[in-house]
Amino acid sequence: MIAVLRLSARNLMRYHRRTLLTAGLITLGVLAMLLFVSAAGSFKQVMIGQITDSLLGHMEVHRRGYVASVDNLPLNLNLSPQLISKVKAELDSEPAIAAYSVRLKLGAMFSNFNETTSIRLNGIDPVAEDAAAPGLRTRIIEGGRDGPLLAPGELLIPELLARGMKVKIGDSVVLVATNREGSVNGKNFKVRGVLEPVTGPGGRDAYLHTDDARELLRMDEAEAMEIVIRLKDLGKLDKVMASLGARLEQLTNPQGRPVLELHDWKGLSPFANIASMIDLMTLFIRVMLVAIVLTSVMNVMLMAVYERIREIGTLAAIGTPPSRILGLYVGEGLLLGLLGAIVGVALSAAVVGLLNLYPLQFPFGRQMITLHPTLSAGEMLSVALLVVGMAVIASLQPAWRASRMDPIQALRHV
Amino acid sequence: MSLIEASAVSKIYRSGDVEFYALRDISLTIDTREFVAFVGPSGSGKSTLLNLIGCLDHPSSGRLTVMGTDVAALDRKASAHFRGENLGFVFQEFNLVPVLSAYENVEYPLLMVRGWAPEKRHAQVMKLLDAVGMAAQAHKRPDQLSGGQKQRVAVARALVSEPKLVLADEPTANLDHETAHKVIALMKQMRDDYGTTFVFSTHDPKIMQAAERTLMLEDGRLVKEVQA
Repeated sequence: MIAVLRLSARNLMRYHRRTLLTAGLITLGVLAMLLFVSAAGSFKQVMIGQITDSLLGHMEVHRRGYVASVDNLPLNLNLSPQLISKVKAELDSEPAIAAYSVRLKLGAMFSNFNETTSIRLNGIDPVAEDAAAPGLRTRIIEGGRDGPLLAPGELLIPELLARGMKVKIGDSVVLVATNREGSVNGKNFKVRGVLEPVTGPGGRDAYLHTDDARELLRMDEAEAMEIVIRLKDLGKLDKVMASLGARLEQLTNPQGRPVLELHDWKGLSPFANIASMIDLMTLFIRVMLVAIVLTSVMNVMLMAVYERIREIGTLAAIGTPPSRILGLYVGEGLLLGLLGAIVGVALSAAVVGLLNLYPLQFPFGRQMITLHPTLSAGEMLSVALLVVGMAVIASLQPAWRASRMDPIQALRHV
Repeated sequence: MSLIEASAVSKIYRSGDVEFYALRDISLTIDTREFVAFVGPSGSGKSTLLNLIGCLDHPSSGRLTVMGTDVAALDRKASAHFRGENLGFVFQEFNLVPVLSAYENVEYPLLMVRGWAPEKRHAQVMKLLDAVGMAAQAHKRPDQLSGGQKQRVAVARALVSEPKLVLADEPTANLDHETAHKVIALMKQMRDDYGTTFVFSTHDPKIMQAAERTLMLEDGRLVKEVQA
């Protein structure tokens, strides 16, 4: 085996320019593939982290039908205090859950005493929200990130609203809301902080204390619209979704129908579709890489066989078994693939290391995204194996031709 | 039993409906340690007969046995195995592997065909390179050797696995007369030293004089036999 590979390596170096060109092409393919995977993966992680950590959590519980009409922020699809208690009991018994936060969502009018505009609000318990959506604090770009997220009588408002309404930290503003019965109520607030916008539903919402939200809506009981759940390990999302979903299905109305719906972040954010598109593009690039390896290696191997027909005839005549002749050419394909894969993976790792030293930043909507691309050993290994496997497959047909060659015809070849 | 026995061997090539007899009713025997030349003009059937004896091709009719093995009964794999175990080949254009040194070319049959152990292999390769006077050039690649030196390496390669029979197709055709005689002398010396049977083809009258037995072919027929 080693002798076969040694001779294969010698044969490859016989046409070293062609070999280096082909290996270089494979290297470029591997580099492009791995850089795309790492950059796209980093972008996905940043976006998913932002969406889940500062906005949606990993999962959310709502009354059935709420998500379908979430744009209207309906006040008649609330979770009653009794229902909330039952859900909390289920959540407390699930060890995979790290934290949860109960939110009261509403729409209101926002006034700076000169102008008025509409606003979407989340009533939160600051401590619970901090635990379930720890990224919310990092979105505070004005007003300081230390201390409690907010106190009663305070507001966290989105940046666009603050700029548009020319509202600064500490300014007094008024919120006016209409409750379920049609009664209008208003309350004064002080602006505690300005939030950086993020992509996704609720990315431009304001936050207030849940007691204030209840007061604004003249709500006697501790009702809520959603419960945001954070898991200890996002990798267990599907498992927890299945088990928790089954348990919440048991909570039914008098007609015996389930009253709750459980969604993961993918079901709530349109970014999940972008993430799927990125995965699809990764697949396409993988297919392109396969095509590059297949065509370049097969081309080189076909030329190698054609140029060495007499040599193949000689080797066959002196008794080299057909399987060994096949091995010689498959070995050349294997080594070509290995060379391209190893150099490609090493270059990719070096470039990814450089990108971490000098991170790439680019605007995404109103945000600046900073990429910290990473390459897992598994990803590098899988791409290397794919390349080597394809190189071997590409060399099989030329190698088969070489091994089946008639020695007499081959020896006569000019 | 003779080393090679041919009985009414014919070889027909077909091209569409046209048949061409490359060999017609060849019957001959060649014994161990013989030094035999097939001579004749181009197209007389010398190479075809060597190819049949070398198990590179099958006769169209008749019976040909080499070391008691019926050549027609061997399939591709069995033929390769038989050649690797029992035969050595020397080619007109030397046919050394260009990426291998003289040493590695001679080593090739032991390494890739016979699978000898490294120490035994090294000793055998050096013995043969020494025997053909190429030990000092062992590290050189074919493109660094003269035609005569290449053919010496090729003879060493043919003999390294200690075959009973070496077949040489026009081994001197690409050499000048002096070198050609040296190569033939070397082959004869190897026959004497190792007891190997040599069968070679030539159309050079001066070279055929070196053979101990000459079989003349014409239009695929064996027309004359001359014993030196």
